[in-house]
Amino acid sequence: MNNASGERRGALPSGVSHFRELGVRLREHDYLADEGLSTAIFLSLKLGRPLFLEGEAGVGKTEVAKVLSRILETPLIRLQCYEGIDVYQAVYEWDYARQLLHIRAAEAFGGEDRERVERDLYDREFLVSRPLLQALEHRGAMPPVLLIDEVDRSDDEFEAFLLEILSDFAVTIPELGTIMAERPPVAILTSNRTREVHDALKRRCLYHYIEHPSFEREVEIVRLRVPDAEERLARQVAAATEKMRTMDLYKPPGVAETLDWTEALVALGARELDEQLVEATLGSVLKYREDQQRAANAGLAALVSGVGGAGRDA
Amino acid sequence: MPEGGIQAPPMLDAAVAFGRVLRGAGLRVGTDRLVEFARAIEEMDPSRRDDVYWAGRITLTSRPEDIEVYDRAFELFWETGGGAKPKPRPKIRLSVPQPDRSVMPPKKTVEKNESGEEAVRLRYSPVEVLRHKDFALYSPEEFAELQRLLADLRLSGALRKSRRLEPATRGRHDPRRTLRGAMRTGGEAVRHRFRKARVQPRRVVLLCDVSGSMAPYSRALLRFLHASVVAGGRLEAFSIGTRLTRITRELTTRDPDRALRQTAGAVQDISGGTRLGDAIKEFVDRWGQRGMARGAVVVIFSDGWDRGDVSVLAEQMQRLGRLAYRIVWVNPLKAAPGYKPLAGGMAAALPHVDVFLSGHNFESLEELARAVAAATERGG
Repeated sequence: MNNASGERRGALPSGVSHFRELGVRLREHDYLADEGLSTAIFLSLKLGRPLFLEGEAGVGKTEVAKVLSRILETPLIRLQCYEGIDVYQAVYEWDYARQLLHIRAAEAFGGEDRERVERDLYDREFLVSRPLLQALEHRGAMPPVLLIDEVDRSDDEFEAFLLEILSDFAVTIPELGTIMAERPPVAILTSNRTREVHDALKRRCLYHYIEHPSFEREVEIVRLRVPDAEERLARQVAAATEKMRTMDLYKPPGVAETLDWTEALVALGARELDEQLVEATLGSVLKYREDQQRAANAGLAALVSGVGGAGRDA
Repeated sequence: MPEGGIQAPPMLDAAVAFGRVLRGAGLRVGTDRLVEFARAIEEMDPSRRDDVYWAGRITLTSRPEDIEVYDRAFELFWETGGGAKPKPRPKIRLSVPQPDRSVMPPKKTVEKNESGEEAVRLRYSPVEVLRHKDFALYSPEEFAELQRLLADLRLSGALRKSRRLEPATRGRHDPRRTLRGAMRTGGEAVRHRFRKARVQPRRVVLLCDVSGSMAPYSRALLRFLHASVVAGGRLEAFSIGTRLTRITRELTTRDPDRALRQTAGAVQDISGGTRLGDAIKEFVDRWGQRGMARGAVVVIFSDGWDRGDVSVLAEQMQRLGRLAYRIVWVNPLKAAPGYKPLAGGMAAALPHVDVFLSGHNFESLEELARAVAAATERGG
């Protein structure tokens, strides 16, 4: 077995030794991270610690894992958590149907060595590996990116189990023995805070809370991700979503909604935002009827007004 | 698994000093995190303010609420070069009468010193008296007694089916265990196995009004809550006043008096007047809608006096009603003779409330425990 702890350090992409360089790399892969987030990702890679990301829905938590897998040129292994998730869905399961067939075949072809048949039954080939085991078994120049999405949806039992995996990066299968990661995967955990995740689990991780981006950054994100959108439109959309976030809505739009909205507008051939367009596309940015009502009451025109393309330079 | 050989990182002294400041400010930081912080600074530029700021924030905080505390402590530490003592947390005390053992009438002493009627009267089951006595009329000793009574009472939500399955003697067929059993009998599924959904108590969320007029009642209720949290119930607690404060964490301390003091420390707005509608909105926005209120039993403890706009309260109660399994409103005024929930907030909220209780004495807390555990459908 490899000494995983000795190999801890250095999952950084080659040529990156400072968080700013990582920020540049992220940007090259269409992800704009501010100083805090770049630092968090940098330290997580450098120190070999899982990164726990929290923030409003749609601020780009899951996206971090995806972009990291592109930068590190390594597979993204995703475990979506839900209530009741257990070891069989997260780590491994024996393929019972094939095991049965194996027994039947052994009987049919008269292989009478019973002990041997039984030993073969628990061979690696009958094991179905689920995301966590896949991440531990990965072999390659770079460890894989392991995304454990929406940890808050799982329950206490599973959390305790995750804690174990994230501490040792190893799992013991009674019939096979311990399987240990060659190098600890780059682990990203996300939570929407539907409940508080246990302190012990968080203590294993570095922590970063992702905020909504500033206006200028959001314009940049829109330009980067929806290249067909013109500068003027991008600025207007970013300004309008920024206003919406101060409107006391049930679900203030996140970056994901800003991008959805821009894409919708571009699809309609819009080059500039006006009241009619806002009305026609409101559903792609505000997804509660009450929120749409509130925006309408405040006046859709107000969302567009005062945002000249050049007027908002900071 | 320890990370390689343990050697003190050069920045450790500074990290430990900063850790002291943070702890003084009320943030929980263990040694393991401080070591991590020291390592993080080494990877950054320790002379640059922002680098140190982020290295610390990423390694030492773990909740959004921590960030504000961290910011203040960092400011202080950085400005003063690390030598300063943290400003002590403003101490606000919830006026919990401390149980004073010398005042408590130990039954034996009473028996020795007094004779005849007096002793008999004192020995007449205090439990029965306390059960019906209004919390507002409790003496400090009686509060201490209440503590013992509460030890037998638990808030536990109505049961619901979990998505986690467990082995059972009948139910859905369980191929995994059946086949696994078959391996041992030469591939023949001699015994079939079954499984069914596990039942689990629903989450109970308590929103407790801590404004002045509610003080004696919220004190009793918080003790009740504390007993239930310690017993391991799935509970979340918030105090509502001029703002919403999550107090679940403070209530997990085992010693009830300490827990209440900590709660008092966490709640900044005791007796400050209530804006019920705004507080409930904040709860639904920040916690409820994301999942905490979904399928939960929500208990609101308040006299229904809302200083804010009553229509806000009505709207927010409706929202909450759509998320929660049931809403129980506990209002001590209900016990007052002639009280009718006609005015202001209470009237606006009532259409969205499933169970309306008084909660002014121990007996009605028992009623509350029953209402919370009741699995009957809405419309109570």
